[in-house]
Amino acid sequence: MATPDLVLTTAQPQQSWRQRLAEKKLPWIPIVVLLVLLVCAAFAPWLAPHEPTSLNVINSKLAPFESSEHPLGTDVLGRDMMSRLIYGARTTVQISVTALALGAIIGTVVGLVSGYWGGWADAVLMRITDAALGFPTILLALVVVVIMDPGPLAIILAVLLTVWARFARMIRGDVLTVKGYDFVTLARITGVKSPIILWRHIFPNVANTLMVITSLMVGQIILLEAALSFLGLGLSPGAPAWGIMVAEGQEVILDVWWLSLFPGVAITVVVLAFNFFGDWLRDFLDPKLRRAG
Amino acid sequence: MWQFIGIRVIQGIFTLLVISLLVFLATRLTGDPALVLLPPEASSKADYERVKKQLGLDKPLSTQYLIFLSGAVRGDFGLSIRDRRPTRDLLLERLPATLQLALAGMVLAIVIGVPLGILSAVKRDSFLDKGAKLFAVLGMAAPQFWVAIMLILLFGAILKVLPTYGREGPENFILPSFVLAWSIMAGITRLGRSSMLEVLDSDYVRFARIKGLKDGMVVWKHALRNALIPILTFSGISLAGLLNGAIVVEQVFAWPGLGRLMLDGVLQRNFPVVQAAVMASAFFYILTALIVDILYVYADPRIRH
Repeated sequence: MATPDLVLTTAQPQQSWRQRLAEKKLPWIPIVVLLVLLVCAAFAPWLAPHEPTSLNVINSKLAPFESSEHPLGTDVLGRDMMSRLIYGARTTVQISVTALALGAIIGTVVGLVSGYWGGWADAVLMRITDAALGFPTILLALVVVVIMDPGPLAIILAVLLTVWARFARMIRGDVLTVKGYDFVTLARITGVKSPIILWRHIFPNVANTLMVITSLMVGQIILLEAALSFLGLGLSPGAPAWGIMVAEGQEVILDVWWLSLFPGVAITVVVLAFNFFGDWLRDFLDPKLRRAG
Repeated sequence: MWQFIGIRVIQGIFTLLVISLLVFLATRLTGDPALVLLPPEASSKADYERVKKQLGLDKPLSTQYLIFLSGAVRGDFGLSIRDRRPTRDLLLERLPATLQLALAGMVLAIVIGVPLGILSAVKRDSFLDKGAKLFAVLGMAAPQFWVAIMLILLFGAILKVLPTYGREGPENFILPSFVLAWSIMAGITRLGRSSMLEVLDSDYVRFARIKGLKDGMVVWKHALRNALIPILTFSGISLAGLLNGAIVVEQVFAWPGLGRLMLDGVLQRNFPVVQAAVMASAFFYILTALIVDILYVYADPRIRH
């Protein structure tokens, strides 16, 4: 195919948003699950029938459906399971969103700088990225906790330390492609400054990738946060976090099986929903990224 | 190829140095190690000065780091604060348990994951394919610590067929290694399926079929070798996951390994033990990653040249 010397190439296939939405139906089940999660997180104090930490020894170890006041039962200390699960959604969303947002911002900046300028900065940044990508997260988290004591901040930092690198790696790859397009060259020829080129011309073209990685990362981040909470590296014992709830149930699993069962199901369902939604978004936004099978 | 291996070795040593610096500084950042290491019965000023001198804390930081490093090479990080035992002994005692568990997990993941992925590709859209997909999707979404507890409930408490803690005999390996393997197995199955589908569609496999080779021969001899390359890469990447998993799994199954040693050390603020365990895991992690890289070069002749 013969092409003229200067063509304004675009990274996107020319098909309207609406057309593609009609082709690929929205994944309703994951969307509903995620909406429920977000609503629980946002309105926990109004939705929860009880205080998540209020003790009630008389009503301890109530089985699910045994009492209408505690539909999902109570734990060893008589705390309402349903309320703790709802507040747990809030904890999960708070920690994951913070870690994800920070990771996405840092990773994107590193990816843009590394990909656009290349050379020495690129080499150094990519070696650091490799090291961060390769190192086991829980090991990193342990080192972080040794330095700054267990707590939500320690978890966020530990998650952040590995998450940013994934963003940096993917964004850099995209920048390398976009950098070669003619509109970037044109902008440079006309004297647009580098930061403006990065922000106005390159960033919008990697935004899709950013969205796809973000949605695919959420599930992993939630699993990681839960594992760190479970190990006792996060919030203090007794706090309503799903990982902590599973840990609390472990000691009495033979007696009160629902304590570990419900929060674990909650984590699994939410992670499944995010994974399915992420897969869908990847196919929808960028069919090129799709892998076989 | 030797140049490639050389570069990887140097990178590995560099990463280890960075981690050692991090681990060394971690204990200095959290306050005065002499105070932490001071035995509870000794609290006078003279005792404090003595401990400080004994630990070499009166020397400049750079000298301290070099001393730390020379000890680290020999696995010597001082005495555990809790039971006053040398960290070296603790490491030697705990390391085999973790290595056995990790090896069992990886072998299980490959032994089940690879054939399952290939059968899924060969019998595409069959009942087996769909079942394998469900198994994989769940394996990637269910948290390991929770799966472990549910398996303890099912096999240990309800069916009473498997031991749920300790490592006395081979039957003790079944539950922990399955939990450790599941998510990696899931990845291997999905990847094995997609890379097998791709290879089965290639010209050389079609040619083998046209030649009249039997299906089994084509799949297991001609296609498998190429389909394995992405799986090998993935297994290398999964090592980080394996170590993450080992810490969780050892905790749930009371497995006396390095992960538990590390976690207990952190929760009890037992710094010498944490340093020893973190450095030992980092070392083994980097070593295995290096071995995978070298295997990778052997498996894919395109890289060798």
